[in-house]
Amino acid sequence: MTDVARRRGTIRQGEAASGWLFTAPVLALLALFLVIPILMALWVSFSDWGGRGSPFAAGVHFVGLKNYETITRGGGLAEQNFGQSLRNNLWYVILVVPIQTTIALVLASLVNSQRLKGRGFFRTAFYFPSVTSSVAITVLWLFLFNTTGAVNKVLSWVGIHGPNWFNEPQGVLHAILGAFGATNGPGALVNHGFLGVSWWDWLAGPSWAMSALILLAVFTTSGTFMLLFLAALQNLSGDLQEAAMVDGANAWERFTRITLPQLRPTLFTVVTLGLIGCWQVFDQVYVATDGGPDGTTLTPAFLSYQASFINQDWGQGAAIAFILFVIIVVFTLIQRWVLRERAVSKRRRLNPVPAKVAGLPVGEVER
Amino acid sequence: MIRRLTRTVLMGSVAAAAAFALAGCGSGFGGNSNGGGNSSGSGGLTSSKDPLTVLIGSSGDAETAAVTSAVADWSSSSGTKATVIPASNLDQQLAQGFAAKKPADVFYLSTGSLPGYAANGSLLAYGSKLPSSLTSDFYPSLVKNFTYDGKLYCAPKDFSTLQLIVNTDDWQAAGLTDADYPKTWDQLSADAKKLTSGSTTGLVVSGQYERLGAFMVEAGGNLTNADSTKVTANSQANVDALTYAQGLLKDGSMKFAADVGAGWGGEAFGKNLGAMTIEGNWISGAMSSDYPSVHYKVVPLPAGPKGMGTLQFTNCWGIAADSPNQKAALALVEKLTSKDDQLAFAKAFGVMPSIQSAASEWKQEFPQYAPFLDASDYAQGTPTLKGVANVITDLDGKIAQLKTTDPKTILDSAQSNLQALLK
Repeated sequence: MTDVARRRGTIRQGEAASGWLFTAPVLALLALFLVIPILMALWVSFSDWGGRGSPFAAGVHFVGLKNYETITRGGGLAEQNFGQSLRNNLWYVILVVPIQTTIALVLASLVNSQRLKGRGFFRTAFYFPSVTSSVAITVLWLFLFNTTGAVNKVLSWVGIHGPNWFNEPQGVLHAILGAFGATNGPGALVNHGFLGVSWWDWLAGPSWAMSALILLAVFTTSGTFMLLFLAALQNLSGDLQEAAMVDGANAWERFTRITLPQLRPTLFTVVTLGLIGCWQVFDQVYVATDGGPDGTTLTPAFLSYQASFINQDWGQGAAIAFILFVIIVVFTLIQRWVLRERAVSKRRRLNPVPAKVAGLPVGEVER
Repeated sequence: MIRRLTRTVLMGSVAAAAAFALAGCGSGFGGNSNGGGNSSGSGGLTSSKDPLTVLIGSSGDAETAAVTSAVADWSSSSGTKATVIPASNLDQQLAQGFAAKKPADVFYLSTGSLPGYAANGSLLAYGSKLPSSLTSDFYPSLVKNFTYDGKLYCAPKDFSTLQLIVNTDDWQAAGLTDADYPKTWDQLSADAKKLTSGSTTGLVVSGQYERLGAFMVEAGGNLTNADSTKVTANSQANVDALTYAQGLLKDGSMKFAADVGAGWGGEAFGKNLGAMTIEGNWISGAMSSDYPSVHYKVVPLPAGPKGMGTLQFTNCWGIAADSPNQKAALALVEKLTSKDDQLAFAKAFGVMPSIQSAASEWKQEFPQYAPFLDASDYAQGTPTLKGVANVITDLDGKIAQLKTTDPKTILDSAQSNLQALLK
């Protein structure tokens, strides 16, 4: 007895050390490839490192917030470009995330339906754009959205004169307002702005070029997220559905009241991944537009690359990357708060609306 | 017992792995190593037995093959090994090399990248170590392009200029003759108007400073003075130049390549979306490979209010300050800028030699492209200021909207953006 206890003690004592030991390789790798580079980049963003040799070498100085100031209130081109890139990317996020999430959910529900024949085929078809190289699809997009390309051809059949997609810097909302004769914004919006971009331009909407990239993102990533939703849907038990059917809930009510609440964790994953991916959009811009026309497809990720590798302003590049990091964290926190599990009042628990599904054990629904 | 042994082995291997990893990093963090070279060679240059790497931003297989064979010739005669690497993204690969302190020894360098790399000390300013017979043979305007802080940093590799490219079939169809090649802006407007019919626009150019800047030079302006020490972006000459171009756009006799669905002027020209374009000597390669059936002629751009003018573009052979074998690199560059090599490059991929002594032979070889070389008398370079690439990208974006934007507004913003670079 005591012998056993003693031996167990020694085993427990060894466990902590072994634990560290066995995780050590991964910890070392994480430190080497993640923590140290991030700390180095953080230092670069506060330094005047010019891109030659080590950022920790003797000739590199600490310059405080100078790099951050140049891009947020320097008043020059750097601030203007940064403001514009944020504006572009904000519109991109606002449009891509909801659209791709909705489409992914709809597609998942469709291919999950028991009645659909050839589900395997559709699953593959919808997922296909996600596994194709984004560069290849971007090049395809350049052909499709050429001013004399397929998309404008199709639009011309219905009498629409399509825009010169990848060369038209005008914002979509401005174009719509322009169609009603409002070409100049009110002075209050035109003469004031934020980050070197006037409020009128913040409200311009994505340019036609950016709209094409938005469609591209929706096209390629909806399939990926469809797969996540599909996995979640297949995990749901049929009992609740059947119970709701017995209670007389129709298909829409079953979807919104039963299926959707159960998908909340997946929804959180999909929106988070979508947000992060959208704020980091780079490859499409790099391949298709280099930030043009007139900077309307610049994104902070691309601007960071451009500032560092092309203009040798490594400090500014790193500063942009860290501001982007903060933005992503803030957006994720906001959506976590929006999608949080809300406490349900006791009264509502006893009397869930609508009355049709009232017979259900509420705890099950909330699970 | 066995368990303990396993643990010891594991611990040992983890420690070893960590040590290796840190050692691997160590050379990057050190800062002062110069890769085993010693700087006791002649004239403060490093010299060692290390092989050279030559990083080039190649336009295609022909260029890669020509440079590779020229470098291989040098290798066999000098006994120093050298490898040519065609870069997939020159700027990015150069930047990575400089940051890692393991740059390519010799590389292509553009006028736009020079100030940034010169400022952070990545480049060897070897101009003063070149034989004076060579430096005085370079076109003076090219030398100016690669002079930073009063020092010639690198040897001009070759250069190109912009001229007017005319589709001779369209020209005849419009009832124009050789006597009608435009000598003035008014004649260019008249010709462009006559050539505009159906889907063909008289003049189609890429809507950017790197093309319309030719008009600025003809009007007596440019974004900066020749030394890039004074910003002259919103000068009256430049306003006149853009106003003239705006006039052409407004009456429909000129369009930008992007607006007719072409990637650049040469594509629009080859597809006969434009009867004339403004491009450099690189267009010859594109025409022979992509549009061999199009007949064209290169004529000088018309003179503006202040006479003849155009823009020139050039690259140089950079040598890295961190190269362990600068002496050999310098010898290689001297060989690559020699008359024989430059003429071989010209035959292989259509560039113009950077040395004046090769001019007459080049013109004999390519009489049809002589106007490009003749432009060396009056062509001007693009600004060489650190960070200028961003400003020109921004300016290009605005010039693309020239038809509906006030030229003065466009140039004013370029003025203040360039002014900020001067400090």
